[in-house]
Amino acid sequence: MNSDSLGPALADTPAKFQLTPKDSDTGELDGDLLEVSMGPHHPSTHGVFRMDVVLDGERIVKLKPVFGYLHRNHEKIAEGTSYLASIPYTDRLDYFNSMTNNWAYCLSVEKLAGLQVPERAEYIRVITAELSRLQNHASLLGFLMHDMGTMGTPLMYAFREREKILDLFESLSGSRMMCNYHRFGGCRVDLPPGWLDAAKKVVTEFPRFLDEFENLLTTNEIVMARSQGVGVLPKELAVNASVTGPMLRASGVNYDIRKVDCYGIYERFPFRVPLGDHGDVYDRYMLRILEMRESLKILEPALRDIPDGPIVDPKAKQRGLKPKPGEAYGRIEAPKGELGFYLISDGSTNPYRYRVRPPSLINLTILEDMCLGHTVADAVIVLGSVDIVLGEVDR
Amino acid sequence: MLGTGIIKGLVETARNFTGSYHDPARLTTVQYPEEKHPLPENARNFPFLVHDGDDPEKGLRCVACLICEKECPPQCIYIVAERDEKGKVIRHPKLFDIDISVCMSCQICLEVCPFDAIKMDTEFELSKHGRFEDLLLHKQQLAKSNDYYRQIHPTEAAEVDARLAEAKAKQTAKVTPAKPVGQASSLSQSQSPAAPPAPAVPA
Repeated sequence: MNSDSLGPALADTPAKFQLTPKDSDTGELDGDLLEVSMGPHHPSTHGVFRMDVVLDGERIVKLKPVFGYLHRNHEKIAEGTSYLASIPYTDRLDYFNSMTNNWAYCLSVEKLAGLQVPERAEYIRVITAELSRLQNHASLLGFLMHDMGTMGTPLMYAFREREKILDLFESLSGSRMMCNYHRFGGCRVDLPPGWLDAAKKVVTEFPRFLDEFENLLTTNEIVMARSQGVGVLPKELAVNASVTGPMLRASGVNYDIRKVDCYGIYERFPFRVPLGDHGDVYDRYMLRILEMRESLKILEPALRDIPDGPIVDPKAKQRGLKPKPGEAYGRIEAPKGELGFYLISDGSTNPYRYRVRPPSLINLTILEDMCLGHTVADAVIVLGSVDIVLGEVDR
Repeated sequence: MLGTGIIKGLVETARNFTGSYHDPARLTTVQYPEEKHPLPENARNFPFLVHDGDDPEKGLRCVACLICEKECPPQCIYIVAERDEKGKVIRHPKLFDIDISVCMSCQICLEVCPFDAIKMDTEFELSKHGRFEDLLLHKQQLAKSNDYYRQIHPTEAAEVDARLAEAKAKQTAKVTPAKPVGQASSLSQSQSPAAPPAPAVPA
């Protein structure tokens, strides 16, 4: 290929750049294209994740996500152990949001065993899940900005806020990240004295952080130039690839499991579902900011109205739980998307089949479609905006 | 105008920078080894065994029932029950090891223990030289007094003490009617050691 034929091709259709016929015939690269293995130990990949990228100059013509470096056999371990002993393992799926992981698992076991959750426990679950969403989105935006090259300032501000929420989790459950807090038919321990006031304080101070964060970034010209029009995910593709969570809503599809499924007591809270318009990285950034503001609207009434009462169904057996034979699928709107647990019981103490529907993994499948035609630096922020945690991708 | 967004952001950074000199909300770090954040009462790290009284061996509440060993998700507990001369199992652990390099601090052992014998410690500065042998804690290292437990988890320990005292009261009430009627009140507790060894509660 001489330089004459390459010039116009690059100028005309950079987004649709395909392998030349010669390359695709032989399946080999002839020197015009460069194959780069990004990762698995690359700071931009949020863990041990690898992207096999084929580059034409700076443009990506092919991208293959490679994962499995953090595979821990979670599902098979859970099939060999009791229902209770799987809860601490679910903490380690998406290790930013152990509270929502616990909830999703407990929800499916409750469906399987037919357990009821007391009112107070439902409130606690909503509060912990929304706090979890706040700290997940805050730290994700920090990471995303770090990927864009802000060199840590927004990340440090986000982590300062995340720290306050982790302190709440620690005083509630004993652990900052591996909470292991929800139980079948309720929660493990009651709120310690003064916890609600501390949580109210965090919630009332959070908008100040959001305003600060937005001042810092939302109208920043560099952020806009880097992220607008980059990594566009069309509506149809998002639906076809079963993308869920903020990724899907940033593409303009109104689908929030808190609204669609009304699990827990979410129908009691007045919150709206923010939607994106373009489906690019900037929309995903903006959508998460708006989702945090909506989460605060859930938290305020929840912290105000939480009733007294038991926190766990007294009939619920934690150790040696033997649900009747059957199957159940429990799903919740985790901060990263639809997190579901599919369980089949054969009547024994451990599940016959245990399957996780991980939002990170499924949201990752359209990475190539979003990155084609963009530069490597753009691929990094597109990956950052997908919001993956490798603990959940590989399990 | 191009650049206003950046200037707005820089103002925010400057506010945080100057704020870090006088505003505690903007300076949240502490100088770790010298200063420490206080731990919340519920904090947990690795399990330990509670013993009553002064003797860490005799006072152990653990009866080697192996429930925690079976329920432990990463299988990091290893227990061997003590046997008497005839080979009969005594309700006391001969070996109780926890491999804290495997333990994931989930406190399932604590939840399933029917005797309140295992509790969570809060100590976290545990770096050791030996990678394997120093991280395998034996009964001797794991045994800590009930006073220590009261000190690190006051509320929880008070609940546990009350629960155990109640259980003991019930048991003595159960034992008492079995005695001949006239002597019931005069019998002291020390005369009924044949009953299943309920965890002793310090007065």
